[in-house]
Amino acid sequence: MSIAATDDTAERLARLKQTIEDLLKEAKRRGATAAEASVGSSAGLEVSVRLGEVETVEHTRDNGLGITVYFGNRKGSASTSDLSTGALRDAVKAACAIAEHTQEDPCAHLADSALMAAEIPDLDLYHPWYLGVEDAIEIAAACEDSARGYDPRIVNSEGASLSTHTGIQVYGNSHGFVAGYPTSRHGLSCAVIGQEGESLQRDHWWTSARAAADLDSARMVGERAAERTVARLGSRRIPTCQVPVLFRAEVATGLIRSLVSAIQGGSIYRRTSFLLDHLGERIFPEFVRIHEEPHLPRGLSSAPFDGDGVATRAKDLITDGVLQTYLLDAYSGCRLGMQTTGNAGGVRNLRIVMGDLDRAALLREMGTGLMVTELMGHGVNPVTGDYSRGAAGFWVEGGEIVHPVEEITIAGNLKRMYAGLIAVGNDYDYSGSTRTGSWLIDKMTIAGE
Amino acid sequence: MMTDPIAIARTHILEPAGLSEQDLDRLLGLLAGSAVDAADIYFQTSRLESWVLEDGIIKDGNFSIEQGAGLRVISGEKTGFAYSDELRFPALAQAAEAARAIARMGQGSQVRIGEVANKRSLYDPTNPIASLPDPDKIALLQRVDAEARRADPRVREVVASVVAVQDTVLVLGDDGALSADVRPLVRLNVSVVAEDGGRREQGSSGGGARADLDYFLLEDRAMSFAREAVRLAITNLEAGDAPAGTMTVVLGSGWPGVLLHEAIGHGLEGDFNRKGSSAFAGRIGERVAAPGVTVVDDGTLPGRRGSLNIDDEGTMTQNTVLIEDGILCAYMQDKLNARLTGTHSTGNGRRESYAHLPMPRMTNTYMLAGERDPEEIIASVDKGLYAVNFGGGQVDITSGKFVFSASEAYLIENGKVGRPVKGATLIGNGPDVLTRVSMIGNDLRLDQGVGTCGKEGQSVPVGVGQPTLRIDGLTVGGTSA
Repeated sequence: MSIAATDDTAERLARLKQTIEDLLKEAKRRGATAAEASVGSSAGLEVSVRLGEVETVEHTRDNGLGITVYFGNRKGSASTSDLSTGALRDAVKAACAIAEHTQEDPCAHLADSALMAAEIPDLDLYHPWYLGVEDAIEIAAACEDSARGYDPRIVNSEGASLSTHTGIQVYGNSHGFVAGYPTSRHGLSCAVIGQEGESLQRDHWWTSARAAADLDSARMVGERAAERTVARLGSRRIPTCQVPVLFRAEVATGLIRSLVSAIQGGSIYRRTSFLLDHLGERIFPEFVRIHEEPHLPRGLSSAPFDGDGVATRAKDLITDGVLQTYLLDAYSGCRLGMQTTGNAGGVRNLRIVMGDLDRAALLREMGTGLMVTELMGHGVNPVTGDYSRGAAGFWVEGGEIVHPVEEITIAGNLKRMYAGLIAVGNDYDYSGSTRTGSWLIDKMTIAGE
Repeated sequence: MMTDPIAIARTHILEPAGLSEQDLDRLLGLLAGSAVDAADIYFQTSRLESWVLEDGIIKDGNFSIEQGAGLRVISGEKTGFAYSDELRFPALAQAAEAARAIARMGQGSQVRIGEVANKRSLYDPTNPIASLPDPDKIALLQRVDAEARRADPRVREVVASVVAVQDTVLVLGDDGALSADVRPLVRLNVSVVAEDGGRREQGSSGGGARADLDYFLLEDRAMSFAREAVRLAITNLEAGDAPAGTMTVVLGSGWPGVLLHEAIGHGLEGDFNRKGSSAFAGRIGERVAAPGVTVVDDGTLPGRRGSLNIDDEGTMTQNTVLIEDGILCAYMQDKLNARLTGTHSTGNGRRESYAHLPMPRMTNTYMLAGERDPEEIIASVDKGLYAVNFGGGQVDITSGKFVFSASEAYLIENGKVGRPVKGATLIGNGPDVLTRVSMIGNDLRLDQGVGTCGKEGQSVPVGVGQPTLRIDGLTVGGTSA
């Protein structure tokens, strides 16, 4: 990690650590038996260009802090966007006032002090982009230009946006743990509209990375947005049927997100998961391995410690198709009589081990069926795993794309869909913290004409 | 107690920050100029308190304060924007400079700051957080918990929460007009898990309003939410597979109005139409719905979750007729899009907070009542689906395709409501779905105050409503082909 001479990150980090120390001290002074706090400060620039003209230039600057106090096993929380000394004192006071009314909860306490991250590895997450407004506009404009110039059927645009943000996040608690680190994140996205006869379609593409050098080129993002849009022109419905479904890589991530929310501690102890009591059971075919890598250098969701201060560690969620672990923080771990897995705040960089098939081979393997490239709505029941969502994509026959499809739904049950996973492709081709290829599912119900 | 929103906003926002009239004047001077078409400053302070009950005990509570100011400069179609969570003059002046960089030429102009009297009071400028003593808030959640567990022995888990917000905003326009609004918002939610044999299901209910917390104590509201959550979970325990395919669908009154929000509401927002990205662009005056269908967006309903005295640009909200007797009449506008398309703001300029730019957003969107008895509508269907409760929805405004997901639905067989079926997503095409409305009930109902709309990453509270509707041909995404 390199820090330029003009960068005041080290000082700001020290100041925010001091803020945490002050908060914890104030909580103690008010009689709290334990406390934890987090504070974040970020700044950034976002520009958007539409039809070659600047549309918006936004300067962002966000501060926020949250404190939780414990009086024995009663807790209270407060948060504010104001980091002034007076506001900090008010926040602690408000949290203590809340704790007067909450009730004894045996699991309301900090994570075990022995589990605090002893070392804070440098995960190479901070690469500020010293980018002027003019330069940012130029990149966004180049991106939109390449989308608009890609095909004469691109007739309109929702524009291209470039964003760059840096921030510092610090967490501390009354075990004496206080740590933080700076991060950066940059992104470029583009959305265009195509027309063919009466059919109007819109699609988009994006890239996101910790370091500007890791972003896909403006041209690549623009062309991909245009390519996706043009491919959808002439979309039509298909009859209601039951066929195999290929979730293209960028939407297959949603199936992994559903897995993650089903094995989160909160879903398990509240009994709102379709994977309740499935620990150690086979829920995928034997070839499936899903791995979490929280310390991935430059990873979009890498973190050295979790929201409880507990050291994060690499682990398998799924090995040989078998569920290896729930995702627990200190609280849900206690509720389930288990140890935290260092997942307070979620999972960090999931990787599914990919197979040998590229996209063309996956389509051949499917034969006749639906390739899904977009999903709409929230039709997943977390308690039963019942799945029903709006979809768009392509009808495939004999391994070849026949025509684009829209205004249909796909339905099934996640448990059966996971068990019915035929293959995971090697066609990972997007930027995101969850890395997977496309998923071929044996059979789902399509509702259409 | 102060009841003038501007006086409250001055006390809550300007005075603690030491901002004088002269400071506001100087800030406007920094923003406005000859190359500038419009500018505004949006001051906000928002306090929120929440309590959560789980496992029969009050587990957690949170109190939060957010405050800041957003400064916007518009030149042609360009918008410069910066915000600050520090309300002192130097921080605001710095933000003004950043926002102003979009329009480089021109000199600052002088205007006179003048208060715009708020003649409307759709809700009292109260602080709902202080409207009930803390022990009473807790007792309320405990009663909700007890009611849910009493309602059915199959209830295993109950989570109940209550949230109270006081949002105070002060809008300073480039003409020096200063308007304010003090917006209370309360919300109560109950979610239960019921188990029977091997099956488990969840049910949720809730409601809210721009009111004090005693809203939930009136008319047995909180307890009825608890019973409703249980009823939904128990109904779904018995639900069979939903059908798949295109069929006649009868939508219940009230919250199923989310159909209107997705199918036509977003598509009628001024920004998408100015840019030509909406499937409804250029279609004013055309038939987009069956005769008898009239849809409005009404920000002026007293106490409703989607209502506002003024929008986030200081414009009075209004009742805008979007579709009258099936003909498209109007789009929803904020100031920017109205100016660029030569029309007036309809009071739909809304933003999530000072840290976000305003854009055209819905308030309370609903269809007016027709004349049919709801029983008669169901009796008219040989075979179809009766969907009465929904989760969220989504729309692709360019292709016009929209979805909304049923969480309580029944088969209709031979004109009678039959067995319950599992939740399923319904999909349709916005520009033609309302042309398939063949019967309109006489039972217009608005939702209970639970809606939150997301657009371009910004969330705002909204309302929806409709009477019972028969739609001939919606695609139902079940598994039973």
